[in-house]
Amino acid sequence: MKREIPLIITFVAGVAFVLQYFIPHYPFSRFENIFSDWFAIVGAFAIWLGALSLMKLSLLNISKKSHDWPISLVIIICFLSIVIAGAIDGYHGLNNVPATSFRDPGTNFDWLYQNVYTPLSSTMFAILAFFVASASYRAFRARNTAATLLLFSAFFVMIGRVPVGDYLSGWLPERMQLSHWANWLMAFPNTAGQRAVMIGIALGTVSTSLRIMLGIERSHLEG
Amino acid sequence: MKKYYYWFILIALIIVLILLPKPLIVSPTVSTTLTVLLGLALVVVLVLTLRGHMIGRRTVFLFIGMSLTLPFFMNFQMPIKVSPEVQTLFDAMAKLPSGSKVLAAFDYDPPSAPELQPQAEAFMAYAFKHDLKVIIMGLWPQGPQQANMAIAKVLQQPGIRAKNLRYGVDYVNLGFQSGNEFVIQRMGTSFSGMFPRDIYNTDYDKIPLLNGVENFSNIDFVFNLSAGYPGTVEWVQIAVDRYGVKVGAGNTAVQAPSVYPYLSSHKLTGLAGGMSGAAEFEQATKEIGKANTYILSQSFSHMVVIAFIIIGNAALFVSYRKSKQKGA
Amino acid sequence: MDSALIGTWLAALLTLGIMSFIYKDNLYYKVCEAIFIGISAGYWFITYFWDSLYRKAWVGIVHQGDYILLGGVILGAMMLTRLFGKIGWIARWPLAFIVGATAGLKMMVYFTTNAMAQVHGTVNDMMAAFSGGDLYDLIGRLVILIGTVTGLIYFYFSKEHKGVFGGVAKVGTWFLMITFGASFGYTVMSRMSLLLGRIDFLLTDWLKLVK
Repeated sequence: MKREIPLIITFVAGVAFVLQYFIPHYPFSRFENIFSDWFAIVGAFAIWLGALSLMKLSLLNISKKSHDWPISLVIIICFLSIVIAGAIDGYHGLNNVPATSFRDPGTNFDWLYQNVYTPLSSTMFAILAFFVASASYRAFRARNTAATLLLFSAFFVMIGRVPVGDYLSGWLPERMQLSHWANWLMAFPNTAGQRAVMIGIALGTVSTSLRIMLGIERSHLEG
Repeated sequence: MKKYYYWFILIALIIVLILLPKPLIVSPTVSTTLTVLLGLALVVVLVLTLRGHMIGRRTVFLFIGMSLTLPFFMNFQMPIKVSPEVQTLFDAMAKLPSGSKVLAAFDYDPPSAPELQPQAEAFMAYAFKHDLKVIIMGLWPQGPQQANMAIAKVLQQPGIRAKNLRYGVDYVNLGFQSGNEFVIQRMGTSFSGMFPRDIYNTDYDKIPLLNGVENFSNIDFVFNLSAGYPGTVEWVQIAVDRYGVKVGAGNTAVQAPSVYPYLSSHKLTGLAGGMSGAAEFEQATKEIGKANTYILSQSFSHMVVIAFIIIGNAALFVSYRKSKQKGA
Repeated sequence: MDSALIGTWLAALLTLGIMSFIYKDNLYYKVCEAIFIGISAGYWFITYFWDSLYRKAWVGIVHQGDYILLGGVILGAMMLTRLFGKIGWIARWPLAFIVGATAGLKMMVYFTTNAMAQVHGTVNDMMAAFSGGDLYDLIGRLVILIGTVTGLIYFYFSKEHKGVFGGVAKVGTWFLMITFGASFGYTVMSRMSLLLGRIDFLLTDWLKLVK
């Protein structure tokens, strides 16, 4: 029963959404509404599971005094600080007249969001710019026709999508300017390739979804 | 001592930068000189690379840092041409009569803010100036907060402040709901079913702007700002295809190429992709903001990356010739 | 002391801490990374609590009497049993629900929007271009048609790519390379934009060197 019931649940949930696509009336629309609401709530608990797993792991590291346990302590302190700030601001906001949100400017939660979360998350992704440039210098080589096409396509897009492209080619007729080439490249060849990939992925998604709903694919039930 | 040498240099640099007169804008002559010096430095890199001395990654990082930082102090202006996709997006917005209800879906987080926040501010400023009623929501938890930041900035503009816009009447923030594409699916039948209250915990039925707004059939346009999943793809797949609502989008540059097929098949009504799309959108809406400032740095950085790619390939071709000559 | 000033300096120090990684991995970066992990997890935790669990589940059940939402709460609570080794298998039920619902919805929307609508778009625009579009439009639509068909032929791996079939697949490869090149170009744009945002913060908000 440990395996059979989840398979039945997968089938019922999947078929409910397939049926309501074709018959968007009662009772199938009611099932769709119920399951969509349940999905939203279960999704929230899934995030909670992730956060609590991280806390469990960090606490284990601290209790065992493993390597880098001070880092785990920092993680827990920061987690608790924003959770407590958000909990207090949120509860306080409910009792205000008029009600305020824990996200409003001036709250402790918003202060942590603006001055800790935003700079850290933004900079984490920002440093990728350095590595993209370094990788371009070291590894981007036109060794064959395909690589050369890729390189020229990237070249036209990079130079054509910024004003410097028109600054350099402004003396040419409009249809010969670099921005026009970049627009044409995006609108036609890029669309063609993306469309082929999209159709391929769509067909793959349909077959995988069918396999999941019919219980042929069971990898999500492992562990 | 050597280990801390670099920290001393960094701290000294920061102190010098703090003490410099502000704002620091250099003259056009100095700007041109700096640009030429940067170009000459790249020529030196080319010569070194052709001689077989590949430069270190930290030197590449320095070039990228300089190409992005120096334009902030320069006074170059380059005209920005609006691309057809952005023009389509703007034309769809311009056709909306005063009082139209627009759903603004903020599906991005702070890392994507440099590309999407200027679009958000330009959109909100345009909407407020043209009396469009804006219903804000987000499929990403950070989205509604980014929306609040855009609104707070836009409300400081004198023309918009004079309008005395009221929350709940002219705009409303329904906040975030988990569920990804299931949120859109549920909104197709009932907005209040998925968002029973707004971010201030006011009942849906008690918000004047939402009177008569039951689902997508009561919405005139959806403007989606998206940085990934869930985002524009899900809005097109469900809101456009199932419920027939018009969706226009602003995307990060990483996502933009993959949504062009939706543009081509007329599912998506316009697209502002990346920083260049943001700058073009600001030009089209005449709400000039950060994107127009950033685009010069963007241009410089692109030229540096292109230069590095050319330098790397030049070294490859030289090595091919050398090996051919040796073989002969 | 002004909390805004403290906040700006804290943000700047954290930004520089993460950026120090480009020189080399160091303790300053590790501490900033740990702060990021803790704050991120806490942010998502509390946001989902107020927005989904309170505003939807609690308000729906307690204030609006929508007791059917209890099903979602029960499934969600079952998800949390994953934290406890012995009863962790119970989490398979809500996981099965999520996977099944996603599979059902995705199957339909991907087929209609990403497959059928794309084929329809390709053929429809081709017909429109033939029957009244200008030469520029016609060539563009032809490029889309040829690129889409040859790209799909490339992805057909059940037949060996030899002879005419192999030649057509090669053309498809070229179109895909152009697509990937365009994606690379846009990726460079995106990454530079992200770094621009941070540099703007450091120069404008922190050092106030530019307006």
